[in-house]
Amino acid sequence: MTLVHNFPFFCILLCMAAGIFTSVLKPKAAKALTFVVAGTVLVLSALTLRLTLQLEEAYPFIMGHFPAPWGNEIRIGRLEALMATGFSAVLLISLLAGMWHTSNFVSEQKTNLYCIMIDLALAAVLVLIYTNDLFTVYVFIEIMTIASCALVVVRQNGHTLVATTRYMIMHLFGSGLLLLGIAMLYGITGHLLMVPLHEAVVNIVQTGEHMGPLTVVIALITAGLAIKSAMFPFHGWAPDTYAFAPPLSSAILSGIISTAYIFVLIKFFCRVIGLDVIISQQITPFLFVCGVSGMIIGSIMAISQRDIRRMIAYSSVAQIGYIYLGLGIGTKAGVEAALFQMLVHAAVKSVLFLSTYELVNVSGDHKHFRYLHGAGYRNVPAGIVFTIAAMSMVGIPFTGGFIVKLNLAISGIAIGGWVRALVLIALALSTLLNSVYFLHTVVSIYRRPAQELDYPKPEKTLPVVAVALFTSVLLIIYLGIGSEPILRVIETGLKTFS
Amino acid sequence: MWQLLYENLEQTVAVILFGIGFSILLLQRNLIRKIIGLNIMDTAVYLFLASMGYISGRKAPIVVDGVTQTTAYINPIPAGLVLTGIVVSVSFTGIMLALTIRLYRRYHTLDIDEIAMLARGEDA
Amino acid sequence: MSKRRSDWESRPQARFRKWYKEGFLALDNEIIDHLTRTTELPENIEDRLIAQQEEMTSRQHERTLALERLDQYNMLAWARTRGRKAISRLYVILALALGAMMIFFLLETVALMPRFGDPATPGANIVSERYITKGLEETGATNIVAGMILDYRAFDTLGESTVLFIAASAVLILLRIDRNKDGSPVQELIAAESDDRHYEPRNDRILQGSAMILTPIIFLYGIYIILNGHLSPGGGFSGGAIISAGLILYLDAFGFDKAGRFFTYKTFTWVSFFSLSFYALAKAYSFYCGANNLPSGIPLGTPGAILSGGLIMPLNIAVGMVVACTMYIFYALFRKGGL
Repeated sequence: MTLVHNFPFFCILLCMAAGIFTSVLKPKAAKALTFVVAGTVLVLSALTLRLTLQLEEAYPFIMGHFPAPWGNEIRIGRLEALMATGFSAVLLISLLAGMWHTSNFVSEQKTNLYCIMIDLALAAVLVLIYTNDLFTVYVFIEIMTIASCALVVVRQNGHTLVATTRYMIMHLFGSGLLLLGIAMLYGITGHLLMVPLHEAVVNIVQTGEHMGPLTVVIALITAGLAIKSAMFPFHGWAPDTYAFAPPLSSAILSGIISTAYIFVLIKFFCRVIGLDVIISQQITPFLFVCGVSGMIIGSIMAISQRDIRRMIAYSSVAQIGYIYLGLGIGTKAGVEAALFQMLVHAAVKSVLFLSTYELVNVSGDHKHFRYLHGAGYRNVPAGIVFTIAAMSMVGIPFTGGFIVKLNLAISGIAIGGWVRALVLIALALSTLLNSVYFLHTVVSIYRRPAQELDYPKPEKTLPVVAVALFTSVLLIIYLGIGSEPILRVIETGLKTFS
Repeated sequence: MWQLLYENLEQTVAVILFGIGFSILLLQRNLIRKIIGLNIMDTAVYLFLASMGYISGRKAPIVVDGVTQTTAYINPIPAGLVLTGIVVSVSFTGIMLALTIRLYRRYHTLDIDEIAMLARGEDA
Repeated sequence: MSKRRSDWESRPQARFRKWYKEGFLALDNEIIDHLTRTTELPENIEDRLIAQQEEMTSRQHERTLALERLDQYNMLAWARTRGRKAISRLYVILALALGAMMIFFLLETVALMPRFGDPATPGANIVSERYITKGLEETGATNIVAGMILDYRAFDTLGESTVLFIAASAVLILLRIDRNKDGSPVQELIAAESDDRHYEPRNDRILQGSAMILTPIIFLYGIYIILNGHLSPGGGFSGGAIISAGLILYLDAFGFDKAGRFFTYKTFTWVSFFSLSFYALAKAYSFYCGANNLPSGIPLGTPGAILSGGLIMPLNIAVGMVVACTMYIFYALFRKGGL
């Protein structure tokens, strides 16, 4: 085991140690430490990705002196390293673009607590990506839930308190269902590590004993994780939470944290249960229907919003619907499309929230559309960035969103029958609805206002912010043009994932 | 089926309590009652988990007199899982109670629907 | 002979009779009348300020203001009266149906689960067999569960301590009242402190007497449970909770001034920091050695002795201190927004 093999473990430990260390730091030092941690995690994850591209198989890293199934372990493969690199890149860009405005939302003495939450959220995301044990998944999902709750409520006004309460109640439902599912699965198999658990599940399916409880377990865990990632019927907490939180928190929450829960679900499906059992138990039609409904109803609700942040929050619900559509198609190609959409969603959604904040900032802090006329001229970088991100959401070629919709359509066509028709109709309808509200927004920020409204003079946009936003634009365009290598990594990674 | 449920009595009671706690968390409008429902729900899951470790006729997993045969002790794994779960539940209860205190100080009511209505009137 | 006592109304027999005759509503109305009876303002100027404050920010005032605002919207007025009743009744029925359906499906599942107490359960497999047979010689702890959570599956316990730490930080974000930049207190802090002083038990002889006897015993018991975590049931979490109970009893009996002599906010910050850092670094060393097949060089000691089990006893001490500090800071934050 060379040093590079240890890098994922170092990343996790670095984030947790940084979180503990930040509790005694002053605000400036805390922010600097968060930047350093995010940058280091990005570099180490990229090196891990390079290592896993040279290896054939995924390798386990034993946490302690005892191998599975007696001790805990994490497992590092291509797919995990790619997701870790993608998420930490998005986090670094969001921090560079959004950390400078936190003084408007967070009081100065609580800034170090805010940075603790960001560090520990990153640690939890990394553990969820790499882990190979079901109970570790539960514990670190709880850490992520508490961290996201605190990320929202650090802005102290009535709206965030109510939104956080609703958020916590729904997430506590999800955690309860998840824990009951894990307890039952332990009861019928006796293992907690994922690889022995898979053998026990195969045994159960073959002998047919305890098959009923296995179905209920799959249903419980799927329902728990679906509530936590804002799938369609359970999305009630999402619009308020994303709209009223500080923009950096919304970017991290909707871009990284909500998608990490879906990655755990994919890991559970592929590694613990096996995709064939999932399809035979008819779980995928349910996910398909919820995904399609989420796409359409999320977009319809977004059209009727007058507040720009709520509009973007509802479009976030629609984008999560795309991921569940990909999962619901039920083939490997569908899962690959879903994973690629996770990366694109992380990149685009975070930059949408941050550029929206910049536009709102130069419009006298008003969030309604009629005050945002001409904001694209008052803040040129933010306007361009918002336009390109909106183009990706709609699915215009040369952006990442286009490749996502193309892959979803291809995987839907490959099945045939009414699934094919439904996928194509849903994609077309949702693209149309997306364009209604996104292109409308882009047009209105570039419209000359009817009468010159008097806005207070905003603070100047820092060059770092502009550079970070442009970097994310380059990332979106790269995902649109050069997506072939990434798709190939996802495909080969998914083969060794289970 | 009643005979099977009676044999697994602990798990039956745990599941009924889970449903009751779930319904309380869903239905009650008072915030303190919701938190109590959350605690009932979590405790029910720990009862379920702990009941899976017991094997009749064996003792608690503390090694006495150097006896280390498997037939002498019950399964120690669920006990460890319940330990972790209890700490997580306490943390969540603390956070929910702190949120309730802040909401009460601001809106002077514990009814979640009234609070939502009052908050809607404020400007963002 | 049948003359009634002067306190007949408050005796249980009278209350039962009243409930029997008139139902719960009469009892509730009696309590409401008793509570809303106007009391005269107290003499103390601090208490009078608090009473004024309470009156000014009373619930009725805010509610009428808010409802006046909402009355502008007809839709909401209908929703408040008729529509809301229908929708909430439908909501209750649907939610009850959902709960009942869920209980029914889960009961069906329980009927198909492995039998309780069966020696052939799936849980009694090679994993638990190794924990029981080889746990003592591999971890050095007589308590198999402590050996399991702090040695075999130590990563989950690290996550659990992090959950406690992050919950304390979240409650700090919500409830801590910060001072101004130059250290002078804010209006909110003054109000919270005077509020707390108003309700705090002051020089209560019974409480102080019993706390003087009980607190040392509670601390001693908590320390015993932490130190013996690897030999008998107990461990860092339970011991830490007991120590925090002792601290809270002391705080209640003697007040913040006396408790602040040995436990300030700085104490909490630095104790948590050092304990958690020690835990994280010790476990990082253990994981690194384990994954790279290096011997870790920590002696396991003789089983049954206090100094045995390798790292388990120091980790229990660290966890115990973190839990004690966290529970105590929860209590102090709930009472007056800080230490």
